[in-house]
Amino acid sequence: MASTIAEKILARAAGLAEVHPGQIVEATVDLALANDVTGPLAIDEFEKAGFERVYDPSRVALVCDHFTPNKDIKSAGQVKRVRDFARAHGIDKFWEVGRVGIEHALLPELGLIAPGDLVVGADSHTCTYGALAAFGTGIGSTDFAAAMAWGRTWLRVPESMKFVYRGRPSRWVTGKDLILDTIGRIGVDGALYRAMEFTGEAIDVMGMDGRLTMANMAIEAGGKAGIVGHDETTAKYLASRPEGSRARTAGEVFVSDPDAEYADVLEIDASAVPLTVAVPHLPANSRPAAHLTDIEIDQVVIGSCTNGRLCDLQQAAAILRGRSVHPRVRLIILPGTQQVCLDAAADGTMQTLIEAGAAFSTPTCGPCLGGHMGILAAGERAVSTTNRNFVGRMGDVTSEVYLASPYVAAASAVAGHIATPDMVCTDGKT
Amino acid sequence: MIFEGKVHKYGRDVDTDVIIPARYLTTSDPAELASHAMEDIDAEFVKRVEPGDIIVADDNFGCGSSREHAPVALKASGVSVVVAASFARIFYRNAINVGLPIVVCPEAAREALGGDLLKVDAVAGVIENVTRGTRFEAEPFPPFMQQLIERGGLLPYVRARLEEEQAAAGKTAADAPAGTEGDS
Repeated sequence: MASTIAEKILARAAGLAEVHPGQIVEATVDLALANDVTGPLAIDEFEKAGFERVYDPSRVALVCDHFTPNKDIKSAGQVKRVRDFARAHGIDKFWEVGRVGIEHALLPELGLIAPGDLVVGADSHTCTYGALAAFGTGIGSTDFAAAMAWGRTWLRVPESMKFVYRGRPSRWVTGKDLILDTIGRIGVDGALYRAMEFTGEAIDVMGMDGRLTMANMAIEAGGKAGIVGHDETTAKYLASRPEGSRARTAGEVFVSDPDAEYADVLEIDASAVPLTVAVPHLPANSRPAAHLTDIEIDQVVIGSCTNGRLCDLQQAAAILRGRSVHPRVRLIILPGTQQVCLDAAADGTMQTLIEAGAAFSTPTCGPCLGGHMGILAAGERAVSTTNRNFVGRMGDVTSEVYLASPYVAAASAVAGHIATPDMVCTDGKT
Repeated sequence: MIFEGKVHKYGRDVDTDVIIPARYLTTSDPAELASHAMEDIDAEFVKRVEPGDIIVADDNFGCGSSREHAPVALKASGVSVVVAASFARIFYRNAINVGLPIVVCPEAAREALGGDLLKVDAVAGVIENVTRGTRFEAEPFPPFMQQLIERGGLLPYVRARLEEEQAAAGKTAADAPAGTEGDS
């Protein structure tokens, strides 16, 4: 039977020849992860239920990235709880501040995800790993506790939705614009319980950074997974991971069969997708950035699990080189990992951003979820390359978050209002 | 599982950030989380809610973050059951895992208004709006989910499965005395 990549990965993980949408399967988990917010609750449940051992500690990752470096005594206690559990159970995929990064940037970078893997994470943006032709999906703390104890999880095989991006995006238009535009078309529950599969010329020519951004935001359309089939870009990215890592030594290559069945197929002219901003308070409220240029802003955040990779910071630097952040605006850079910091330092990106007037943070989820390191006061507005603009997401309930790409965010930081790169790069320099 | 309570009504896409804002996620204590339940969508909710009350909402209830603290906070605030036109998938799993009853019923969800008295049989999937004199049938849980609920939830289910597997593995080992491998 013809199958989609999502079905093929779940069939492999469940040890079945094939699976069908709607079927409930018990599948072996290649990696289960949690963070300093979801981990402590999972550990409580694991211990309350009387489990004594983790089924396979080598297949568990505990990434304390949300409120780290510890923002207060309570969050320090949560990280300690996770650290103590990792030590007690021999979980070596735990990193201290200085080595830790934002989970969905760190794990792919370290080569801990292989194509064809089933990854479940107590973090909704676990769908990011679909960019590596894997199946990643978010779960809660109890589900994570069960995966730790059992090495398996139960999943309903999702229907797949195919997105075909025809043509090539215009100048400055990135994967972030494509995914914001797509969520705007289908709504925040437009892919509820489904796997979103991204295909077409625009995806073929897109680098891994853009694909990771698109897969990352599948959850914002309610998707169970966001997946790109394996191709040369995937192979090249995986081959550049650390020697001996899972990405280089394990995994299985899957692509969808041409005659696989989809619940829906959406054709999108990528060449017509504009620079896109999602206005408060839903990621589906997408508008052309050019229509929003009268909106004045107080803060810009560039980074996060959505757009915190080197390529994202380079895009911001391309706009900010030789320019200054508007006097009224605070620009905060949230790199995904320490390696991103090092790379950004080595190629001059960090210097460009700091010279322009940006604050360069340590890797953390920080202000994305209103944790710390850049909280908004009442009535303040931010342009952010993060993933959610819900009420109160970055601070006070009356504050506002406008989601955008690094290019648009950097241009807005210079202009002091929502802006497109063309509006600030008037001297022809980028 | 029959619940009777007063309705607190919300619209569509109620996200987990407004159910329990991240600034309170430095704890997993249910009572502490409950004291901030629904704070960013309805600051008066915690003052108004009474044990047994029912949350009714339109589509996609619980979208966004995977935080299980959201159903934990609602359950500890006294909410007996959530009726919605649809649920976001991680919230759906989490609610079942923490023992917060949820019912999918678009018709009942759209008709009910704040303050209505609702009677919900979460097992039979029957919703009665006592105030309006109407009755609705909810979508039943898939058989697998019913099995999970009957076995006391996910973790007791996993424990039982592991014990069964260990018992089976022990039996296989006992059935194959040393030295017999390779004979066939």
